[in-house]
Amino acid sequence: MNTLFTLAAAATGDGLALGITEGGSWLLRNVWLIPLLPALSFIGILFFGKKMPRGGSELGIAAVGIAFVLALLTGVAWIDHRDNFHGDEVHVAVIQMDDHGAAHGDDHGAGHEPGHPSLAVHRTATWFQTNGVEFTVGTLVDGLAVMMLLVVTLVSLLVHVYSTDYVHGDRRYTHFFAFLSLFSASMLLLVVSENTLQLLCAWELVGVCSFALIGHWWEEKPNSDAALKAFLTNRVGDMGLLVGVTVLFFAAGSALPDRFGSFSIAETNALANSGALSHTTLVVAASCLMAAVMSKSGQFFLHTWLPDAMAGPTPVSALIHAATMVVAGVFMIARMYGVFFEGFQIGGSSINLMAFIGGLTTIVGALLAFVQRDIKKVLAYSTISQLGYMVLALGVGAWTAAVFHLFTHAFFKACLFLGSGSVSHAVHSFDMKSDMGGLRRHMPHTYRTFMIGTVALAGLPPLAGFWSKDEILVGTGGWGLMGGTGGNGAYTLMLGMGMLTAALTAAYMTRCVYLTFFGEFRGHGEPHESGPRITGPLWILAGLAIVAGFFNMPKGFQLAPGSLQERFGHFVEPVAGYFPAISHATPSWSLAIVSTLVVISGITASGWYYFVKVEAASKAAGTSLTELPDGPTTKYPLARMGHTLLSNKYYLDHFYNGVVADGTKGPLARMANRINQDVIDRTVDVVGETAVKAGTVVYEKIDQLVVDGAVNASGRGSSGAGEELRKINSGKVQSYAAILFAAATVLAGILIVLV
Amino acid sequence: MLLNQFLILSAVLFSIGVYGVLARRNGVLVLMSIELILNAVNINLVAFGAFRASVGGEVFALFIIAVAAAEVGVGLAMVLLLYRNRRSIDLTLIDQLRG
Amino acid sequence: MENLLDGWGITLATFSPLVGAAIMMLIPREREDQHKLIALVTSLWVAFVGLLLLIQFDLDHTDRLQFGVDKVWIDVISSRFSVGIDGMSLPLILLTMLIVPLCIIYSWNHFPDPVNPKAFLILILILETGMIGTFVAQDLVLFFVFFEVVLLPMFFMIAVWGGEDRRYASLKFFLYTLFGSALMLVSFLALFFLTGAETFSIAGLSDAVAAGGVSRSAQLWIFGGMFLGFGIKVPMFPFHTWLPDAHTQAPTVGSVILAAVLLKLGTYGFIRIAIPILPDAAVTWAPWIGLLAVVGIIYGALGCLAQTDVKRLIAFSSVAHMGFVMLGIATLTDFGINAAIMGMVAHGLITGMLFFLAGSMKERYHTLEISRLGGLLVQAPRMGWIFGFCVMASLGLPGLAGFWGEFPAILSAYNPANGVPIETFRTYMVVAALGTVLAAGYLLWLLQRTAFGNPPEEFADDPAITDTTKHEWISWAPILALIVAIGIYPNLIFRVSDGAVDASLSECLTVDAHQLTDEEIEALGCSDVYLLGHDDDGHDDHGDGHGDDHGDDHDEDADEHAAAGN
Repeated sequence: MNTLFTLAAAATGDGLALGITEGGSWLLRNVWLIPLLPALSFIGILFFGKKMPRGGSELGIAAVGIAFVLALLTGVAWIDHRDNFHGDEVHVAVIQMDDHGAAHGDDHGAGHEPGHPSLAVHRTATWFQTNGVEFTVGTLVDGLAVMMLLVVTLVSLLVHVYSTDYVHGDRRYTHFFAFLSLFSASMLLLVVSENTLQLLCAWELVGVCSFALIGHWWEEKPNSDAALKAFLTNRVGDMGLLVGVTVLFFAAGSALPDRFGSFSIAETNALANSGALSHTTLVVAASCLMAAVMSKSGQFFLHTWLPDAMAGPTPVSALIHAATMVVAGVFMIARMYGVFFEGFQIGGSSINLMAFIGGLTTIVGALLAFVQRDIKKVLAYSTISQLGYMVLALGVGAWTAAVFHLFTHAFFKACLFLGSGSVSHAVHSFDMKSDMGGLRRHMPHTYRTFMIGTVALAGLPPLAGFWSKDEILVGTGGWGLMGGTGGNGAYTLMLGMGMLTAALTAAYMTRCVYLTFFGEFRGHGEPHESGPRITGPLWILAGLAIVAGFFNMPKGFQLAPGSLQERFGHFVEPVAGYFPAISHATPSWSLAIVSTLVVISGITASGWYYFVKVEAASKAAGTSLTELPDGPTTKYPLARMGHTLLSNKYYLDHFYNGVVADGTKGPLARMANRINQDVIDRTVDVVGETAVKAGTVVYEKIDQLVVDGAVNASGRGSSGAGEELRKINSGKVQSYAAILFAAATVLAGILIVLV
Repeated sequence: MLLNQFLILSAVLFSIGVYGVLARRNGVLVLMSIELILNAVNINLVAFGAFRASVGGEVFALFIIAVAAAEVGVGLAMVLLLYRNRRSIDLTLIDQLRG
Repeated sequence: MENLLDGWGITLATFSPLVGAAIMMLIPREREDQHKLIALVTSLWVAFVGLLLLIQFDLDHTDRLQFGVDKVWIDVISSRFSVGIDGMSLPLILLTMLIVPLCIIYSWNHFPDPVNPKAFLILILILETGMIGTFVAQDLVLFFVFFEVVLLPMFFMIAVWGGEDRRYASLKFFLYTLFGSALMLVSFLALFFLTGAETFSIAGLSDAVAAGGVSRSAQLWIFGGMFLGFGIKVPMFPFHTWLPDAHTQAPTVGSVILAAVLLKLGTYGFIRIAIPILPDAAVTWAPWIGLLAVVGIIYGALGCLAQTDVKRLIAFSSVAHMGFVMLGIATLTDFGINAAIMGMVAHGLITGMLFFLAGSMKERYHTLEISRLGGLLVQAPRMGWIFGFCVMASLGLPGLAGFWGEFPAILSAYNPANGVPIETFRTYMVVAALGTVLAAGYLLWLLQRTAFGNPPEEFADDPAITDTTKHEWISWAPILALIVAIGIYPNLIFRVSDGAVDASLSECLTVDAHQLTDEEIEALGCSDVYLLGHDDDGHDDHGDGHGDDHGDDHDEDADEHAAAGN
């Protein structure tokens, strides 16, 4: 136990190095401006949006646009800061064992040795104070945060522009933009969060924006159902977040002298890395946080809300449910990586909870994408699958690969979603089987950009998805043939899962592309290409889907200039202090070739089925078919069972709706109500009734007969007397006078007699 | 001169007055009977005063005369009002204070 | 001005409503406008005095009783007119002063049947005196008197202006509360006689108990009496059943005042009287209070899911929310009680607001049957959005006030005070966290059923269903603004309450035993319920041989650290 409190890092005498600095350039110290802009535009749109000529959308675009420019400048500033900053690093004292066992050390003693590059820029302000503890709000700017700022502002800006056309004339146009602004603000706040409390707040805020935007068309019950489902599923995960954050708060507090607790991300991570927090604590905390990741980032088995969330407008799906909000879970793992790395003991292992969940999710999601008719649902399950990829990568210690995949995925998936929106804009439906087909001739721009996104997603070189996916596969450390070694462990199983998913992804995207763009048009009317405000963002995203992969070419990749090799990792991956010491796998040519072949085989198999067999059957039948009339599901019982299982989404929704939700709303709530009415309230009533009965007895027998009897008798007596006396009171003056005289006479007589 | 002659006179006057108050139905006569009672008292007072050689009796008598004048004034006014309202001054008809 | 406030500020604020009520009694009932005006001016005047008090309040010494007055009152029983404001009562006093004028504005043009504004407004003003008085009283008899003053106007408000079942509800409310009050009074008297301190002052009794005047078992019984008295008012499970009936039957304004302020009298009693005077007993009772609190959280939430009436649902949600407040209090930590005060204010604002909305809905639809409602957002969009906003606030969305009552309470349950069982409270913490999920469930479901969708046929073309009116805006806007303001900057409350809470807690509860030596612990003179000893079994034996077992002590010390981190 003593070892817990003797810190290796603390041995330097300056305390634990956090890897952060309070210095840095103006831009890096003032990133809070970036979330502030959309927040202001939210307020502006809320109060004045309806009166503006364009319903408030211009305000939202302006705010996000400026935020994007600022984010770009911040990115430039970070690139300079990363290699050239020489300022003081912040150190923190940790509880050590000395001869007395009491806490020692100073708080936040800033060391005076010159700091090394790559320190994150940290800035805080007091938020509130209770129990003498100051709670802060602030920004922690490092490569990860800067990258996220860029992705969020860029995608948000493009989605804003796209939406001005897509939701044009909507009944709640202004509200839509107000919530887009609020979402952007919350998401930006989330990525710059300095502490877990702030992260938690932003986390819930993005959830609420997601709720409001999924339920944008709440007149229809399915939409509001989907919104409710999303929010409630996320709440289940948030429970884990609440508990996890609490556990870490007190764990950090007990390791820091004279501190009640600490929400600080940098401190918590640094303590976890240094071994000052017990392993049990970290396992509990990491598992709790993992629950939050599972709900927010749609990991199996809390993923079911994400496909339903497609009930929202398509731009929302692109922004929130593909590019940004759903990756908040992945971002959180990346942010709190010290806790997860130590908690799940990622280094030197071959399996752990996170990697397994990620691996499972990626396969489960990919399989589900095969049976969807709705193009957005294909993309939704694909998102689940790709998020599984990222979690898998983080689970095997391939931090940079995961974050890089997050980066590339944001572009090509947003491109695909916006493309599907463009398609639905033309055919007024999302149903691939009944309303699409052959659209490549009608919508050339959408078709081309969608194809680029598909190839990037499938992972064919040299598009973005290939590079990031390949890095993840390498990072599993399970390959070992001509490179691909030196990861954090030998996660062979994860490598297999990743490979399988690569093939599945290529196959279902081929199916999707065929059903949408090839064959003959099966819908009604004459589809036409969307306007420039829709195709513009599509082309920008498609362009990024092509080039984004080049930002992080593997080291030793001879075809690329040296300056491009691992640039992304260099600028994004933190170096020390709050970041654990992870190892990096060496790139492997052989793995790249094999994974490409796997992808090609997936495309070939699916392409052979659709482009050859179905196409031929269509020609024979004279209409545009979407499946073979005697396909595998009709021929093979096993395939049919699999199809049924997938069509019912593994029956998870049945379980959640039928058992969990209805069980709580129905029997459980009714039982509680019945207990309330029949037991507790009944008891009260019985007590009351008994009291009333006892009272009745007392009243009738004692009160009425005895006590009241006496009272009544006296009353009756006086009443009778009064009745008699009343007769005397005739009202005639003379009779009164007579009585008066009579009385006087009597009194006089008495007086005489007595005296 | 004996005191009891005055007292007998006073008693007779008082009795006539009491009879008048109790028996007459005419309001004016009742008032006059009250005057008789008061004057009976006056006689008593003056008689006792003279008999005891003190002026107290006369003083009280003067007081009573003054008060009686006021009383008759008020009483006549009431009878007048009564007549105005009821066209009658029969006291037996006035019994609104009956219990 | 400063001196005047110092001596007279509290008295002025407390009794001004009574003066207003007295003036109104002299004016004939028919002059309704004058009555409304006088009531409004009085309540605004009180709020103004409250504002002056706030401005003069020394925020750097919130632990100190400020504007204190201590005069002879009932000398025979040594009860004094002793009042004062510290950081614990200030937020609640200001909440009261805010809610009352808003209620008067809200009911301006729609008094419930039988209309009679004169009587209604007089009752509200008497209520205000009672509520403010309870929060400022520093003497148990004075506290009790004000506590009871509140009861009657509320009873009449429900019994006269209530719904169909008002007789039953008002009587239930009255009897329940009276029962609790009786036990409370017995406890107060027991304290008075057992301590022999010949005083009813809270500080005096606290010192007398600390000096060891009362036996442990007597303390437990006394605390039990107070627990019932305050717990019924909160209301805690299983004494909550008066609440749904009272809320459902009460007129809108009555519900608002009941939810916003009256429930807080109970929780305030805990933190002002029960815990400061009897900290030892509080430690023993804490696990049970905590248990009832978390049962209340889950139970209230489940109850909500089964309700078919909007008002009744909101009433049940109060049970759940007050469960969070009580959980915070049961931890007996500075942190938890600060969370509780925040929770009280937040619940007062949010649930008060929800009752306002329910009242306005009832006025438009003439029913609150959830199955008959729907499409509020279509017919009255502004009101619908406000409703959505309040639902979000109520389910504890960060950035709005409700969160700061809920999350810190959960947080504090992880690490309760010395002597309070840690494992038990960590279990409570997880259960309470589950409560947040259920809260989201019932509130969003309510929102979906009432606000989303299209309006049902029977109301589709009803011209009576209009959007928010001017009076509603005026009375709601301050509450909505405060919900946001506190949510974004919770320090508005924490800054005020923190010092006072810290001062109200016994040092034995808050001290960090791991940072002290045995001698320092002994010098505190804490009883063994706090388990402050360095050894695990709680025996008070650090008098002998610390020189020898020093090393062992450290190991166990470290163990406890590790346990705290687990």
